[in-house]
Amino acid sequence: MSSAVKPGGIVGEFSHDLPKTLFDPLLAAKRAEKIKVATIGLCGCWGCTLSLLDLDERLFPLLDKITILRSSITDIKRITERCVVGFVEGGVANEENIETLEHFRENCDILISVGACAVWGGVPAMRNMVPLSECLAVAYLDAPTSVPGSKPVIPLHPELPRITTKVYPCHEVVKMDYFIPGCPPDGDAVFKVLDDLINGRPFDLPVGINRYD
Amino acid sequence: MSRKLVIDPVTRIEGHGKVVVHLDDNNQVVDAKLHVVEFRGFERFIQGHPYWEAPILLQRICGICFVSHHLCGAKVLDDMVGVGLRSGISPTPTAEKMRRLGHYAQMLQSHQTAFFYLLVPEMLFGIEGAPEQRNILGLIEANPELVKRVVMLRKWGQELIKAVLGKRMHGIHSIPGGVLKNLSVQERDRFLHGHDGLLNMDQIIEYAQDGLKLYHEFHEKNRARVDSFGVVPALDMCLVNDAGNVDYYHGNLRVIDQDKNIVTEFDYHDYLDHFSEAVEEWSYMKFPYLKALGREAGSLRVGPLARLNITQSLSTPLAQAELERFQAYTKGRANYMTLHTNWARAIEILHAAELIRDLLNDPDLQKDQLILTPPPNAWTGEGVGVVEAPRGVLLHHYRANESGEITAANLIVSTTQNNQVINRTVRSVAEDYLGGRAEITEGMMNALEVGIRAYDPCLSCATHALGQMPLQVSVYDAAGELVHERQR
Repeated sequence: MSSAVKPGGIVGEFSHDLPKTLFDPLLAAKRAEKIKVATIGLCGCWGCTLSLLDLDERLFPLLDKITILRSSITDIKRITERCVVGFVEGGVANEENIETLEHFRENCDILISVGACAVWGGVPAMRNMVPLSECLAVAYLDAPTSVPGSKPVIPLHPELPRITTKVYPCHEVVKMDYFIPGCPPDGDAVFKVLDDLINGRPFDLPVGINRYD
Repeated sequence: MSRKLVIDPVTRIEGHGKVVVHLDDNNQVVDAKLHVVEFRGFERFIQGHPYWEAPILLQRICGICFVSHHLCGAKVLDDMVGVGLRSGISPTPTAEKMRRLGHYAQMLQSHQTAFFYLLVPEMLFGIEGAPEQRNILGLIEANPELVKRVVMLRKWGQELIKAVLGKRMHGIHSIPGGVLKNLSVQERDRFLHGHDGLLNMDQIIEYAQDGLKLYHEFHEKNRARVDSFGVVPALDMCLVNDAGNVDYYHGNLRVIDQDKNIVTEFDYHDYLDHFSEAVEEWSYMKFPYLKALGREAGSLRVGPLARLNITQSLSTPLAQAELERFQAYTKGRANYMTLHTNWARAIEILHAAELIRDLLNDPDLQKDQLILTPPPNAWTGEGVGVVEAPRGVLLHHYRANESGEITAANLIVSTTQNNQVINRTVRSVAEDYLGGRAEITEGMMNALEVGIRAYDPCLSCATHALGQMPLQVSVYDAAGELVHERQR
């Protein structure tokens, strides 16, 4: 990740490695006692991350017990210490998704595929049925709003991760421990799983609270 | 020595982006860009699907403004089956009001989620606050009572979306020619009177003003910094009704300049006469602009700031009073101060709550005429829909063959409309916060993210286009040596 430098590129200094304002040690100590959770959105719509907010009032007792490290809803941009739970939204659609997911696997005790995209690729995996050359042409070359007569451009740049030919479910890239289906899952299902895991109970997701749409 | 500074990933936004800034030997900004690093491909893979699936599939572009995509798609479908605005036909009053109810519920929920969960941390802890604190956990530690109100307001909005669309996210409500259901008296009363652990309507109007209070306190204390942060001129665009007021459901597209002169106004069905989209190698997000003006002058701002610059008034009293204050601040000229977008967003939270209250009290919601049946041979097979999504003008355009299979789709989402303006903001903030500084801190880099977040960009939405490259992953070390490669 930080060390992944492409040919010809100069090494970047990442914002999260620069000098920063220190966090209040008392608050930090309180958080240190809590169960560490990290979340990541790979190729998805961010909806499953928002399902976490759909726990509503149940967020408060949950957040008494857990603290969230790396997540798109915090400014913590890397996992810096081992986490108990990794909450993964989205499937794998580019090289950065692969690196991130592998990093999560190495640093989380339990990894959960949350939602259709993580579980089986979801709607983005519909592109697996179409040759990439056609997709590219439709998006960037032959769109009705394309600029007539301009030089045809398809995005390709050292700062852009390369896209995978197919969209993959997470468990085809690393071992995933648990799965919560749905597009998105109900807040009830997300709550049940997290509440069981952080209280030391086994994963037990009743079929009745699953969604399949 | 020249330096490259990277924010990867940009956080507290929806979707995937990174910022790269290049400084020269004298620490001056040479380049600063937001790279959108993800992309998906809805326009191609929707082809071949039955036209009526489009609003169901395409709302999966986005988990925060799915109602806008669903509704925008439904407007296209109305056109396609021959009972749409293109044919001069409006849905039944109940259908249009139910669509608006879902849309306003989403405006409330989406803006409120963005405002409190993503944007407020800087208002409480400062741009250069500890990164561990700048998030919802920090908010709970600092002000749990506020967060309880935020959670209850969001819950009410999400439950209202569920009452209309059947699910809190990615439900189904709008269909070609109308809607599937109305709102029963029991459902209505649940929201007006606050049954089942929900807030009641009066509480919603009160809680919906929390954002404005916070914004004004923050603005009072930091006026100079807020007003000078990322001032980025650009033409504004939104949907307006005949009176020249913003309409979140339909109208003409109006573009204004800083003196609020109308630069152009047109029927969005004619969008192809007006818009082109440029492509850059360094981002998967395209750059739309008005053809007549060219890319530099014709790149537009959309979203809350643009809407409140354009609208003459707002139709609800509390929001109108606040709009007057907002418009007076720039003496009637268009407001280009990036952080004032959060002010505009807070006004729209209140406006959405008031609009919902008015609709819930409208007996049309309980009537039974839900769907218009197209006359024989009305099928046109093509349609264009535009709505004001929370982030601005959202456009869908589909074409289908006689069997109803989609043959073409084109989408211009609000964050894509803002692409050029967001990049100008990144450049402007980079020059102000990083330019000439020998030591760069994390807080200074966060200022760039603050500039981006003000647009509440949804990079999930903006990456509906699809990518290339086989799955061959190569990782190189700093010397350019291949250290890892794999292929599938």
